[in-house]
Amino acid sequence: MPVSASSSSLIYRGLKEGGVRMVSALPETWLVHLIRMAEEDEGMTLVRLAKEEEGVGISAGAHFAGVRSAMLMQNHGFLAAVNGIVSCAQLYRIPLLMLISDRGGFGERDPWQTEGGLVTAHLLDALRIPFQRLESPGHVAHRIAQAQTLAYSAGRPVALLLGRDLMWEE
Amino acid sequence: MRRLDALKAVYPELEDCAVVTIMGAVAAELQSLGHRPNFFYLQHAMGLASSLGLGLALSRPELRVVVLDGDGSVLMNLGGLTTLARYRPRNLIHVVFDNESLLSVGGFPTATATGSDLAAIAAGAGVPRTATVRTLDRFRAAFADARAANDLTTIVAKVEAVGPSAYVTDLSLLENRYQFQRYLRDRRPKE
Repeated sequence: MPVSASSSSLIYRGLKEGGVRMVSALPETWLVHLIRMAEEDEGMTLVRLAKEEEGVGISAGAHFAGVRSAMLMQNHGFLAAVNGIVSCAQLYRIPLLMLISDRGGFGERDPWQTEGGLVTAHLLDALRIPFQRLESPGHVAHRIAQAQTLAYSAGRPVALLLGRDLMWEE
Repeated sequence: MRRLDALKAVYPELEDCAVVTIMGAVAAELQSLGHRPNFFYLQHAMGLASSLGLGLALSRPELRVVVLDGDGSVLMNLGGLTTLARYRPRNLIHVVFDNESLLSVGGFPTATATGSDLAAIAAGAGVPRTATVRTLDRFRAAFADARAANDLTTIVAKVEAVGPSAYVTDLSLLENRYQFQRYLRDRRPKE
């Protein structure tokens, strides 16, 4: 599977350096290495979800309890989580770090991913969720750290869009 | 059984718990009995009270977490029951007040009015202990059993479709949220 193991490791290391001790996730091709790393890490609680919106509640609970968390999901999972993001994370000022695989852009071969790719950035803008793209290994650690810093200072959700050039090796 | 009476019946038991409620009547009625800093009212995000409780329970195994849920909310996040069961936090008691309706928005019937059985759904999802209770005595006993069992329990309490005259209280959402977080922080075990 041509999902980049080295980029996945960099992202995972970024989360660990940010003190993340819980991740919620739904499997998606680009996230397989990240989910396996979380699974094998005794210092990480991996919560496998039935639907992404649950992850917002779980992260809110973890935050109240003093645990740093992150959500791993595909952009369609972000679409599925929107009400929770607005009416839990934004309403209650939860610092929510969302790592979203940005499927459906240039290079996408799966027809079913293409509509989600068209709306993801626009929806983030509409929700006033600050985001950056993770596109090359050089800026991964820095951008994860910056995103987390803003999430906590603003008390709001922030997103990192994982791009094809970072996650996929052909 | 009226939900307010059920809440009164277990109110003293909630003193040492981290309590998460759904919006609407449950939040307003619990506040009417007396707000405490360990009560958090999730005043929207229907369905996520149990998920928030799971996040708390997994993060802080030393806490006892009580989620006060409702049929309308649970029906919006049935998948969450499978997640709850999968991680089986032994420190979480999940109470579902089932009045078979969406009371605060006109009283329209939910699917539990036509036979959907939330305790059976929870059991089918893998929640190890479930019960459906219809009287105050049975509710009190089921709650005490859940405490004693130290295992994930879903109690479906069938209640009348009656609620408070108003749902908005003078406790602001963010005041409640920060107070709750501070309560949990102050009780954090020393590492």
